[in-house]
Order: sequence, then C-alpha cells, then structure tokens
Amino acid sequence: MGKATVIPFGPQHPVLPEPLHLDLVVEDETVVDCMPQIGFVHRGLEKLVETRDYNQFIYIAERICGICAMGHSLGYAETVEELMGVEVPKRAEYLRVIWHELSRIHSHLLWLGLAADAFGFESMFMHCWRLRERILDIFEKTTGGRVILSVVKVGGVARDIDAGQMSEILATLEGIKSDYGALMRTLLTDSSIKNRTVGVGAIGYDDAVALSMVGPFARASAVNYDVRSFGRGAYGDLADFQPILDNQGDCYARVKVRCLEVLQSIDIIAELAAKMPAGDIAVPVKGSPADGAQASNVLEQPRGECYYYARGNGTKHLDRMRMRTPTSQNLAGMATALKGCDLADVNMIILTIDPCISCTER
Amino acid sequence: MGYASKSPWVIHYDGSSCNGCDIEVLATLCPGFDGERFGVVNTGNPKHADIFLVTGSVNEQNIAVVKEIYDQMVEPKVVVACGICACTGGVFHDCYNVIGGVDKAIPVDVYAPGCAVRPESLIDAIVEGVKVLDEKAAALKAAKKGGR
Ligand code: SF4
Repeated sequence: MGKATVIPFGPQHPVLPEPLHLDLVVEDETVVDCMPQIGFVHRGLEKLVETRDYNQFIYIAERICGICAMGHSLGYAETVEELMGVEVPKRAEYLRVIWHELSRIHSHLLWLGLAADAFGFESMFMHCWRLRERILDIFEKTTGGRVILSVVKVGGVARDIDAGQMSEILATLEGIKSDYGALMRTLLTDSSIKNRTVGVGAIGYDDAVALSMVGPFARASAVNYDVRSFGRGAYGDLADFQPILDNQGDCYARVKVRCLEVLQSIDIIAELAAKMPAGDIAVPVKGSPADGAQASNVLEQPRGECYYYARGNGTKHLDRMRMRTPTSQNLAGMATALKGCDLADVNMIILTIDPCISCTER
Repeated sequence: MGYASKSPWVIHYDGSSCNGCDIEVLATLCPGFDGERFGVVNTGNPKHADIFLVTGSVNEQNIAVVKEIYDQMVEPKVVVACGICACTGGVFHDCYNVIGGVDKAIPVDVYAPGCAVRPESLIDAIVEGVKVLDEKAAALKAAKKGGR
C-alpha cells in the first residue's frame, strides 16, 4: 500500500456542471475515503418566506433548482393546498402530472448526456441533448418558458393544454421514441460503455436501505420505493404503475433504470392524455394559512423523493418552509460508493447518483 | 460585427445559480443552438479560456473561486454575466447568503439578463464579448508598443 494522498476535486471541474468539492483520500490509484464539502450554492431561500407571501413564494420554490423546477413548484403548491384545505380540479392535477413527467424526461435525457460525457462519449452527449430540445420545445409552446415554467400556482395551473396541443405533444413523444430507442441501445449494449459502468461503484440492497438512498439511485439497488406508486393526484388514475427496479446496484444498473424511466414517463403521459377530464384548471384561493397549521408532502422528483413541510402563522406569509431534497439523501450513498473505487471511476460514480447541488443547498 | 479575429474559448462556472442558467449555457453549445457555429469552444481550463461565463450570484464561499478562475485567465479576457442572478442577484438579491451580482467580485463586460437566460441572448452576449475581446487585444498591443 502506498502513502495516503489527498486529491481535491472541484468545485470547478470539467465534469461537474455544478460546484461540489470533494477531498479524495487515495492510496496508489484507489480511493480510500472521501469528504464532500458543500456550501458554494447556498442562498438561504427558505428564509424568503418571511418577505414573500405564499403566492409569491412559488416562484422562489421553482428556482430552488432549474432542472427540477416544475417538480418543486408542484411540491410546494401541493403542500400549501393541504395547509389551506384547497381542493384542486381534476384537470389541473392531470396537467400538472403531464408537465412533471415531461420534466422527468428532460432531466433524464440531460443526465444521460452528462453521463456519456463523463465516460468520454461526447457525440452521445450531443445526441441526448438534441432529443432533449424537443421536450423543451413542448415546454416553450405550452408554457412560454424553457426551463423555468411558472405554470403551477396555488389552487391549480396557470395555463391549459388544448386538444390540438395535446395531440402535438403525443406526436412529438412518439417521434422521439425511435431516436431514443437507438440511443438507449447504444448506452446499454456498447462494450466501451459497459467497460466503464458494469460492476463500478456497486451498492447492495442492505446498504441502500441503511443509507436511506432514494430515487433511481436506490431503485438500481432493488429498493422498491417510488412516491408515484402511492397513487396520489392523477397518478391514482393510472391503470398500473410499477417502479422500475434493478438488482445489480452498479453504475450500469443506474443508467438502465433511468433509461427505462424515460419510456415509462412517455407511457404515463399518453395514458393521462387519453383520460383527460374536462373542467376548470384552477380554483380561487383566498385567505391565509391558519396559525399553527402544518402540512407535509412528498413528491417523486427525477432524482428521487423530495419532502416538503410548511407551517402557517395566520398571515399571508408562511411561518416555515422546509424541503429535504433527494441529493442530500443520496450523498451518503455516493461517499460509500466512492470508497474503494479507482481514481479514474470517480467522475462516473459521482454522476450516476445524478447530483443536484443547488437543490441540496438551496 | 463582420469578422471575428479568433474562435472564442469559453469557460463556465456556476456561482450560486439554480441550474436553470447552467443548463442553458450547455444547451447553447449543443445541437439545438449550436454555439460552435460561431467558433465557441467549451474548455474546463481557465488558462485556455478567453471568455468567462458566470451563472448565479456570488456568496462568501464562492467569491474566492470566481476571483481565482478570473485571475488564472490570460489577458485579454472577457466576463459575461449569464442570467439575472449573475447580473444583479435576481430573485435571490435579498437572501442572507447572497452578496450580489458577479460584478461585486470581478469586472463584468457583458450582461445577459433573463431568468433563465435564453440561449439566443447568450449567443448574442458571446458574440458581443468577442468584440470586446478584440478591442482589449488592440489596446494591449498599443500599450506594448507605446511602452517600448
Ligand atoms: S437567473 Fe433564474 S434561472 Fe438563472 S440562475 Fe437565477 S434563478 Fe436560476
């Protein structure tokens, strides 16, 4: 065994679009320990509930993270609605889930691209992002925004998707399928990719449960946990929903789970579009959350379970707003997966948890 | 601008952005918008970069990193503030951990507002940045001649 050396990784690093700093303790080429250091993106936005009222804060909530923006505005709105006992129209629930699943597709495509870039497959990165643009085009047509949609409001949604637009969306998704199938085949069968992913950074089921991992990261280790299967909102109207699982727990399994989730999301959107009820898209919300009222909520973000908590104090401002995001749950798993890996695999392992630092630090 | 004297190499750093602008910076360099048509090349090395694309505001923790990257870049260099957070602090301007826009840390040459900044305006800002880069290069050359 060689002498232990500390190699700093980040915060500015070519594979990381986001600032995360790791101190990697290596002996020869093997990582024996890793210490994450965060705080580069902390803004302190939970405190902004004191200066923004509960309707304004939704625009802050969706800027927790620009990748899962739609999910955060949805999670926040649902929490406040529970706090105030607001019943959202069925059509709004359907529309919310359709946009949310679309953003899961965009998030997974973005991630597949970054992962491909991490193992040096740059043209694959470009192809994934080219497909992703088609989803962003749908966002732009239906909401006006590409990444920050601002379409959810407390009590419903701000815009409707009419039948014409809906069939356009379905046609786009159908069109993506064949291109996406080709990408997926390459990602899952190409030997150069498999060399980098199979057996790398494996985490077993027991560890995954003990470390409270969530999302595709946990599901790749056979943890059967997906908030969508609770069947709340429009998810309850799906004929069948089975979380996608794998039991290998390595980088390859994580790529595979996310690949399949894209197809699953396309199916969910098609099913909900076919069942779409008519009616209003929002109800007026008046008054303020009662003093001492509390509500909590979970939501399946592209990266896993996200928990929201809100407390009212009788005014238009919330007393407290708190989120626990999937990446903060997964950091312990990441540190475990890194221990014992080769220095060259560090990039790959960090990326396969799909870290979202701006969610984590808020 | 009719003629660019060089292909601008860009480096991107995420200050404390929400990621919205980061992914738009990357999308600018990807097929949909294809910043490479203008010769834009993305690099991870500050010493190779001409244009510094910063997203998000600065805070106590990252201000040193932003300054360090800027200092490592070789003259002439241009800074583009991408997104309203990088310009002024944006929606987060009154957060306790936000100092303000990137210009609180380093001199900014081009401001590209938007939340998130649109790839079209980013391309515009980079092309504008090339113009500034040319002016700075000419000024440096003139100063050298004058000095000798
Ligand atoms: S300008 Fe908007 S999208 Fe960009 S980092 Fe700031 S909040 Fe996010």
